[in-house]
Amino acid sequence: MSKKPSKGGAPSLDMTPMVDLAFLLVTFFMLTASFRMAEPVTVDPPSSIGQITLPDNHIMVTVDKDGKLFFGISNAAAKTAALRRMSEKYKIPFTEEQIKKFGGLPSIGVELKDLPKYIDTPESKRMTFKPQNGIPLDSLNNQLRDWISFGGAEAVKIYNDAKEKAKSANQEFKAEKPRYAIKCDSKTKYIFVQDIVEVFTKLKIYQFNLITGLEANPNEN
Amino acid sequence: MAEIAEGGSGGGHKGGKKRAKKQSTRIDMTPMVDLAFLLLTFFVLTSTFSKPKSMELTFPVEPPPGSPPPPAVKNGITMLLTKDDRIFYYEGEFRPKDDEKGPKTKLAELNFAPSSLHKYLADKNKWAQDEIQKLNDRLKKKEIPDTTHKRLVKEIKANKIAPTILIKTDDQATYKNVVDVIDELNINLVGKYVVVDILKPEYDLIQENLKGVQP
Repeated sequence: MSKKPSKGGAPSLDMTPMVDLAFLLVTFFMLTASFRMAEPVTVDPPSSIGQITLPDNHIMVTVDKDGKLFFGISNAAAKTAALRRMSEKYKIPFTEEQIKKFGGLPSIGVELKDLPKYIDTPESKRMTFKPQNGIPLDSLNNQLRDWISFGGAEAVKIYNDAKEKAKSANQEFKAEKPRYAIKCDSKTKYIFVQDIVEVFTKLKIYQFNLITGLEANPNEN
Repeated sequence: MAEIAEGGSGGGHKGGKKRAKKQSTRIDMTPMVDLAFLLLTFFVLTSTFSKPKSMELTFPVEPPPGSPPPPAVKNGITMLLTKDDRIFYYEGEFRPKDDEKGPKTKLAELNFAPSSLHKYLADKNKWAQDEIQKLNDRLKKKEIPDTTHKRLVKEIKANKIAPTILIKTDDQATYKNVVDVIDELNINLVGKYVVVDILKPEYDLIQENLKGVQP
């Protein structure tokens, strides 16, 4: 290649560093990105000075403005296992494909009997799925309790299995224990949260992470 | 990357491979760069950096049925949250009516303005705040290791002199109110607080206060 490319034409620019950088950034963002589907409900949590980030491994109950409940597990394996047990308990059959698909869904806010239909609904139409009345919590039909107890048991089991496996292979184990989180809209009446807390305490779970937005601590200036 | 194409002329010496030197190997990288930037833009815009923050909260264990009622809390302050972001509070034990120990409980009011709730809590918890400030200073001067600092702060927060806050809500209070109060307690370094169910007489008292009827 000649050292002087300008033969009266357009001056050529060495784009190599720029391209290098661009690809570096693409790689970085691609590897750090975690994809998730849109939540079925928008919730605007209040802000607090809490500095604890939400653990990756969590079981989350979301409450919207009207007190509708949504349930989600971050771990897909625990989620599918919980669905199997729910399906067994409530005698509602799910196909293998539906169970597999369920693992990738964000939180759900439909009764178990509507869940097969909900899973089969294409993603773009899930937001407007009817009836989406939240997970029932009444004493006769306490599906939330079952979701939490099955989901919690499965998540802990997966955590323990992974721990055992790492131990036997003499590897360092880093995963976090599953935690219970409550995400709630600012305008939600607290009595709805109280009901959920009651469900948790009856299951002997006393510690939660309340999800909040970030706010500066006035003491740390 | 363009260098790779140029390297062909220099690499000929070492490898011993003869290559056509005259032919240009420069390729047009524009589409690749376009794609790279397209992807870059996409990932930059879709990535979420801040993970949601959270606040840890522990609820009390339900006492087994038939167990004796818990002893009264010392230095207790009960905050009653109700509609329109209003907070009522009383100090000490709840007294439904006048008796030999003291007069009937009267509610005072606070709100979420910094001059109200924040100031009230700062005054109540002044002792603990001062003690913790002293410890912070000692930590800064490296007089105590941070593990000791942590332990001492915990001890101060659990001290009997420090107030214990009970948060109770009626059916009108919002989640935001509860989080704000807990947040304010954390800011003011109050270590002992709990969210509990409201009692019927307390609820009635709030309703009386809301109506403005002072008995």
